[in-house]
Amino acid sequence: MGRNGRGAAAADGSAREAAGRAERDGRGAPLNTIGRPMRKVDGLAKATGRARYTDDIRLPGMLHGKILRSPHPHARIVAVDTSRAEALEGVHAVVTGRDMPTAYGIIPWTPDEYPLCVDKVRYIGDGVAAVAAVDEDTAIAALDLIDVTYEELPAYLDPHEAIAAEAGPYIHEPRKPGWNGNVTKVVKLAFGDVDAGLEEADVVVESDYFFEGTTHTPIEPHCAIGLAEGNGKLTVWSATQVPHYLHRELARVLDVDPAKVRVIQPPVGGAFGGKSEPFDLEFCVAKLSMTTGRPVKILYTREEVFYAHRGRHPFHMKYRTGATREGMLTAVDAEIVLDGGAYASFGLVTTYYSGQLLTAPYRMPAYRFHSTRAYTNKPACGPKRGHGSVQPRFAIEVQLDRIAERLEIDPIELRRRNFIGAHTRTVNDLRVTSNGFLECLEEVERASGWKRKHRRLPYGRGVGVAGSTYITGTNYPIYPNEMPQSGVQLQVDRSGRVAVFSGASEIGQGVDSMVAYVVAEELGVPLEHIRVLAGDTDFTPVDLGAYSSRVTFMLGNACIEASRKLKAKVRKAVAEAWEAKPREVLLAGGLAVRAGDTGTSMPLREAFNLAEAKFGTLGATGSYNTPKDVHGSYRGATIGASPAYSFTAHVAEVEVDPETGFVTVEKIWIAHDCGRALNPVLVAGQMEGSAYMGFAEALMEEQIFKSADQGRAGLHNAPSLLDYRIPTSLDTPALESLIVESIDPEGPYGAKEAGEGPLHPSIPAIANAIYDAVGVRMDSLPFSPPRVWRALQAAAGGRWAPTSARAGRVAAVGVAK
Amino acid sequence: MEIVRLRVNGDERVCGVPAHYTLLETLRYGLGLTGSKQGCDKGDCGACTVIVDGRAILSCITPVWEAEGRQVRTVEGLADGTETHPVQDEFDLNGAAQCGFCTPGILCSSVALLDRNRSPSREEIRTALAGNLCRCTGYEKIYDAVEAAAARLGG
Repeated sequence: MGRNGRGAAAADGSAREAAGRAERDGRGAPLNTIGRPMRKVDGLAKATGRARYTDDIRLPGMLHGKILRSPHPHARIVAVDTSRAEALEGVHAVVTGRDMPTAYGIIPWTPDEYPLCVDKVRYIGDGVAAVAAVDEDTAIAALDLIDVTYEELPAYLDPHEAIAAEAGPYIHEPRKPGWNGNVTKVVKLAFGDVDAGLEEADVVVESDYFFEGTTHTPIEPHCAIGLAEGNGKLTVWSATQVPHYLHRELARVLDVDPAKVRVIQPPVGGAFGGKSEPFDLEFCVAKLSMTTGRPVKILYTREEVFYAHRGRHPFHMKYRTGATREGMLTAVDAEIVLDGGAYASFGLVTTYYSGQLLTAPYRMPAYRFHSTRAYTNKPACGPKRGHGSVQPRFAIEVQLDRIAERLEIDPIELRRRNFIGAHTRTVNDLRVTSNGFLECLEEVERASGWKRKHRRLPYGRGVGVAGSTYITGTNYPIYPNEMPQSGVQLQVDRSGRVAVFSGASEIGQGVDSMVAYVVAEELGVPLEHIRVLAGDTDFTPVDLGAYSSRVTFMLGNACIEASRKLKAKVRKAVAEAWEAKPREVLLAGGLAVRAGDTGTSMPLREAFNLAEAKFGTLGATGSYNTPKDVHGSYRGATIGASPAYSFTAHVAEVEVDPETGFVTVEKIWIAHDCGRALNPVLVAGQMEGSAYMGFAEALMEEQIFKSADQGRAGLHNAPSLLDYRIPTSLDTPALESLIVESIDPEGPYGAKEAGEGPLHPSIPAIANAIYDAVGVRMDSLPFSPPRVWRALQAAAGGRWAPTSARAGRVAAVGVAK
Repeated sequence: MEIVRLRVNGDERVCGVPAHYTLLETLRYGLGLTGSKQGCDKGDCGACTVIVDGRAILSCITPVWEAEGRQVRTVEGLADGTETHPVQDEFDLNGAAQCGFCTPGILCSSVALLDRNRSPSREEIRTALAGNLCRCTGYEKIYDAVEAAAARLGG
């Protein structure tokens, strides 16, 4: 059943009534902390201005760095002369690409970028040199004194042109002679007999879709501080969501012993995938500090954040989808071109994800995709919330809407009929465990009043539905190894305080709080007695980072394991004192209590003291690694494999002004199967934030670049928050969260992800709602007024005739292809 | 360097700053009050919002000289001694701060609103926060928190 995640945490942090029911774990035991609205461990620090983000840190003697960026989209670097900059009073060091000539890349198989460009620049904004100066003004002045001689090369801005190139100079050197250096990756996979499936279908829908690029725009710009000490130790503070990968790459690229590198991740002011790989500033602060012996800080300007990008890839997609008369899918065939920008980033994975993550929540008897990622001379694309699967999800959900219309089946009913089920395998052999998708559909159908709205609202108003699935972590780490993906370490003080050392990255999603909730649940310790010490590679176990929605599932399980190890010792020691059996000792509510005899109890602090006396210093570790039997054995089968999948359904209600093409989204109902909501307030926050971000991509956002005839090819069109518009409070629709809990057998207390899945359906639900409202199909993003207006114009045969159209629903206005 | 005198969170502060410094730069880098954030440095995002003479203003596009002789209140000055402002507490209880980076600015806009309107409607809250971009929450939890704070303030 759905819950709306409203109802704030009670002031004492234990509002049991708020959850409205007794929580129980998978074995039927009652839960005391999990499932209830609770305060966040960092909530007050963030609400009082005390939380210290990277740019809030100031070290004695700190210098300020700045990076010189390329004015050309594609050019050879002929010469860099830094002598005038070095001579400027107040400048302490200048470094260039030649000082750090080791290629890196977040995916070990595609290292194709350098901390600063060595021989070539590949987009407007590519880093060329960096300075460290006594203050920011001096550093900026020094950039103007660096003389770079470029030899301009033809630029590729269109991915199709990049792929069609027959001779160099390519954007990158071809990996083999005769290959096209403008192609990052090609993936062709087929499952089942697609041609036969299309042949036997009663209806085949074929359409082209375009998903425009968008970017993360966390409100905190990237920032890093480097501190190299005389003993060879290097510390880097960074607003990163992957401290462990940053640690590895700093050591490798700068040729420093990794045991001497320390990465500290302060609270991060938003990331959404945009801080999930190393960036030029992290290498530059480290190198500049190693050069000067002083701490060095670099803070990106907002403009530089747009250049750093790694956001949503533009996708050009063609889909053919077959179905029987009853609406059952027979085959799906997809051809996709990904516009990757200048570097690979996570692009190898994105190319697989563009196809691999589409095979649920609907059963597909046959499926084929052919995806090609092109390099172009624009900032590199990468993983943005819902990495690689938001774009194809838009296409397939609109395809389903077209099929439903053609067959005159209700779109929710069509989705129900194709439901893949729980505890099954997809056509591409991904193991699916718990699956609450049907409940999600029911929830949005009920809450939105779907049955009285769909195809029944007056012209200009409509509702649309869409569903989706997403991974709960990737089954394999980015670099192959057998070690755990997540780990924690517990340490107990004689006061009863429990410290949790966690390597996970708090980026606002609430992971530090999740850690505290789980440990509190397991040990019965009050929340205020738990300290979560996180994000410092010098004292926390490795966690791979805040990406792919992996943290709650993986770290949550690690916390349970560590807590239970510790609990076993405590129960044993207390049992001895009470002459009881360990299983008779319960830890809850700050006490150790004898089962069946509530008169016998002691404060947990005393119980911990007994255990310390018996076993020595109290601590425990816990870790999590993924099961290995969750995917097929074909090449690429591991990409898309996850220990569990979340499921989502949205209904969006829109109003379209036919005279201007302006679309107002009135409300989005969001039903999401998160397995179990460990804290429903935080889960609802993830669902609403996701739906908001999807809404923003649907209607407003475009990361676009000027063409040659617009004055300067490859220049970012609008690298500011004024021109790259993200929704304000006035733009954002009402959002209603409906939490569905399928209780996953392997998740911590049954939990799965909630941070990315709920973004996906926003876009197709809005597209389908626009169709319901005015009868035009919006197959290209964003659904901005000019595009919607033009589509209305085209549908009306070029005659601008909104008045006649308003007289009634005109079925002929929108003809499904 | 120029000497600037400011009244911040009730304290008289004197600080040497470059002549072009904004109020935000002076607060953050001159006075060490890093609660107010820089998200865009152009007046687009609202993370730098502080309260000057009762009005929520963008400190990143306010030359520091314009704040001389006025009452400046930042996120660090919203609490009453050891008592947090109800809106700060409600942000925690309602999950209204995710990454927390826009939070100080949103709190200042909210307090400026509540100081002039003790019982704002949801629509009035939406309007008052229109200059503060939040990228995490979708704003719903923020409205919940401001409404709850208004109720606690007896609105």
